[in-house]
Amino acid sequence: MSVNALPKISRDLLVTAAFGLLIVVMVVVAAVTTESFLTQANLTNLLKQMVTIGLLAYGMLVVILTGGIDLSVGSVVAFSGILTAGLVSSLPIPAAMAVGVVSGIGFGLVNGVLVARFGLAPFVVTLASLTTVRGLAFVYSEVPIAPEDPAFFTLGSAMAGPIPVSTLIMFAVFLVGGVFLTRTPAGRSIVAIGGNAETVRLAGINVRRHVVLAYTVSGLCAGLAGVILASRVGIAQPSVGVAFELDAIAACVIGGASLAGGKGSVRATFGGVLVLVLINNLLNLYGVQSFWQQVLKGLIIIAVILAQRTNRVRA
Amino acid sequence: MSLELRDVRKSYGDVEVLHGVDLVGRDGEVLAVVGANGAGKSTLIRIFSGAHEMSSGEMRVDGEPVRLRSPHDAHERGIRTVYQELSIVPGLSVTENLLMGRFPRRRSGLIDWPAAHREAKELLDAAGFGAIEPRTVAGRLTVARQQMVEIAKALAGEVRVLVLDEPSAVLAGGDLDALFGLIRRLKARGVLVVYVSHRLAEVMELADSIVVIKDGVIIETTEPSRTSEDELIRLMAGRRLEQIYPDRRGAPGETRLKVDRLSRRGEFSDVSFELRAGEIVGLFGLVGSGRSEMARCVFGAEPPTSGGGAFRSPADAISHGLALVTEDRKRTGLVGGMTVLDNIALATMRATTRGPLIDMPGRRERVAGMIDRLSIQPARCATMPVAALSGGNQQKAVLAKWLLAEPRVLILDEPTRGVDMATRVDIYRMIDALAREGLAVLLISSDLTEVLGATDRVLVMREGRLAGELRSEGTTEDEVLAHAIGVAA
Repeated sequence: MSVNALPKISRDLLVTAAFGLLIVVMVVVAAVTTESFLTQANLTNLLKQMVTIGLLAYGMLVVILTGGIDLSVGSVVAFSGILTAGLVSSLPIPAAMAVGVVSGIGFGLVNGVLVARFGLAPFVVTLASLTTVRGLAFVYSEVPIAPEDPAFFTLGSAMAGPIPVSTLIMFAVFLVGGVFLTRTPAGRSIVAIGGNAETVRLAGINVRRHVVLAYTVSGLCAGLAGVILASRVGIAQPSVGVAFELDAIAACVIGGASLAGGKGSVRATFGGVLVLVLINNLLNLYGVQSFWQQVLKGLIIIAVILAQRTNRVRA
Repeated sequence: MSLELRDVRKSYGDVEVLHGVDLVGRDGEVLAVVGANGAGKSTLIRIFSGAHEMSSGEMRVDGEPVRLRSPHDAHERGIRTVYQELSIVPGLSVTENLLMGRFPRRRSGLIDWPAAHREAKELLDAAGFGAIEPRTVAGRLTVARQQMVEIAKALAGEVRVLVLDEPSAVLAGGDLDALFGLIRRLKARGVLVVYVSHRLAEVMELADSIVVIKDGVIIETTEPSRTSEDELIRLMAGRRLEQIYPDRRGAPGETRLKVDRLSRRGEFSDVSFELRAGEIVGLFGLVGSGRSEMARCVFGAEPPTSGGGAFRSPADAISHGLALVTEDRKRTGLVGGMTVLDNIALATMRATTRGPLIDMPGRRERVAGMIDRLSIQPARCATMPVAALSGGNQQKAVLAKWLLAEPRVLILDEPTRGVDMATRVDIYRMIDALAREGLAVLLISSDLTEVLGATDRVLVMREGRLAGELRSEGTTEDEVLAHAIGVAA
């Protein structure tokens, strides 16, 4: 038994260490080979870019832990953004933003209820909401909305010292989210459901309610991400956020989460976010054409996951 | 064919778990391997099956040294292994499970289904399991029948050695007879059957030779005629077990659970009984008699069609002091990917929070107390994944989870299945101690000796109905079985 315990610990350490190393290497390579990486403008930009994918990745992780998936987050980003921008003319800005976030919560709730209450497959349910919500965003406004009130830009562009406020919000979500998953009954239940839902049910835990909660958290994160993105860019587009869900899933998977559920860590998912954002940033700085960026990103994801796997097999 | 192991050692990392095993099996022989949990049986089986390579030593097949590098190697040499854990694909038909990877093809390259079903039928018939219909979806079969499909699958092609790991654990009645018949026929055909089981009565009946393994060494090689069950238990445990079952004498107290004419369509009907504080009630029934279904329904896992006494939901049952240790710990008892700590704390998370957060130090302490109380091995296992524990210790972990909830009624569904004799004795002692503290215990079991030995009275279920209630003392196993089968005078 101790036979199994020992390699398990060193294996996790190994993966974490390799992961940290990868990120450090990427930063060093970026700093040495480009002149612009370490400029304040680029770093600030990097921190801001992390926010959307970071928020989406945390929400996605919670859903993936239950053994589900949320494909609708990219569309929810678009909807909450354009709804907020559209409401700015009639509501105070904080209220408009709150409505945007709540719309995300609403979509998450619907996803969760369809999955948990009616037992539909998460992939199918959220695929349907991916197209429905995207459609609703265009129904709400076919053209981009650019509010004129400069206060609309505050959330996305304000700085707290060297760090953007929006980035701090994302950090807070990861921090609180980490505590939620490791230290609250609801969080532990969500992880356990992905491992073995029937065992959890027989332990007297309401599985459906927790699955609904997971999708709602994902909706909340997507709603928030949409509002922040619109505020940062200064213009809300109904077409924004296409394929964001794939980046969020990629971040979780790079962080070692299992799509079968029950396995995944908040810290490693954050690492996954860093890796993805750094890849994007580096390729931009090198002036790699955007289609090649997509190709390279895909290949790098495969490489990272293969490396983790090899680690595991060896240990 | 003969199979011989010489000085076989196996290490995982720095830890050696088999310390030089010598073993000889001859053709046409049933070689029984018995040993406590963690004695090294599973490792030995994995070496036979090619799943793990030995670290040093020699394996000879018909006198010729062989090196098994993969399960495929073993399969090619006619060595087949049926593990305790089922590997059936539940969504596929029996035929597909049996012929996976080697379907008969038509000239067009498509699968020839009529021929496939015919071949599957032949395999099942040859194994003596003709009662199983090849077109059935495997997941719809009872666990016992799935196990039989598993065995039939292992018998395809030319079999020379058949390794069975706890094959009888889920079988009862006619299914068990079919298995024994099969083993005798294989033996007559010259197949070497390696039979790993905790059920010593079976071992004594079937085996030609018996090896006892303890702490990674073979400590005894004997024959049924030269030994006894008591002797084997003593060897396995390394200590004399004065008595397997504790003495039961106590006056039951107030009623703790009252089930009244409970029915669930298609599963069981009209079941009434009471459980009182301080008593241990056995519930016996053959597989398919509806006993586990009834227990799940009382616990609120499934709604009843009519009758009273069942709870609305597991949460409701737990809040009324019920605990259910289910039959299949892998599917319904444990979350395999989580730690021992998380698993043991699972049912009591809500009750142990400080503010919105789980009280982590308190939780750790309570779980450590349970690990200690039930002597779960290894002692410092709290942060290990629960799947890394041996079967008996996993069972103890499930029990620990429920004891933390401080139940007043404890329902145990086959708590000793696949558990070695020494751990069984621990479990019986614990159940007895709990009953003495005033718990009402319902012990569901298909082990006749246990269901009489460990209890005060026994309820017998047959085809979804209560077929009798017997006092444990003075009742014979035959009487219980007669009620269960329906030939009671």
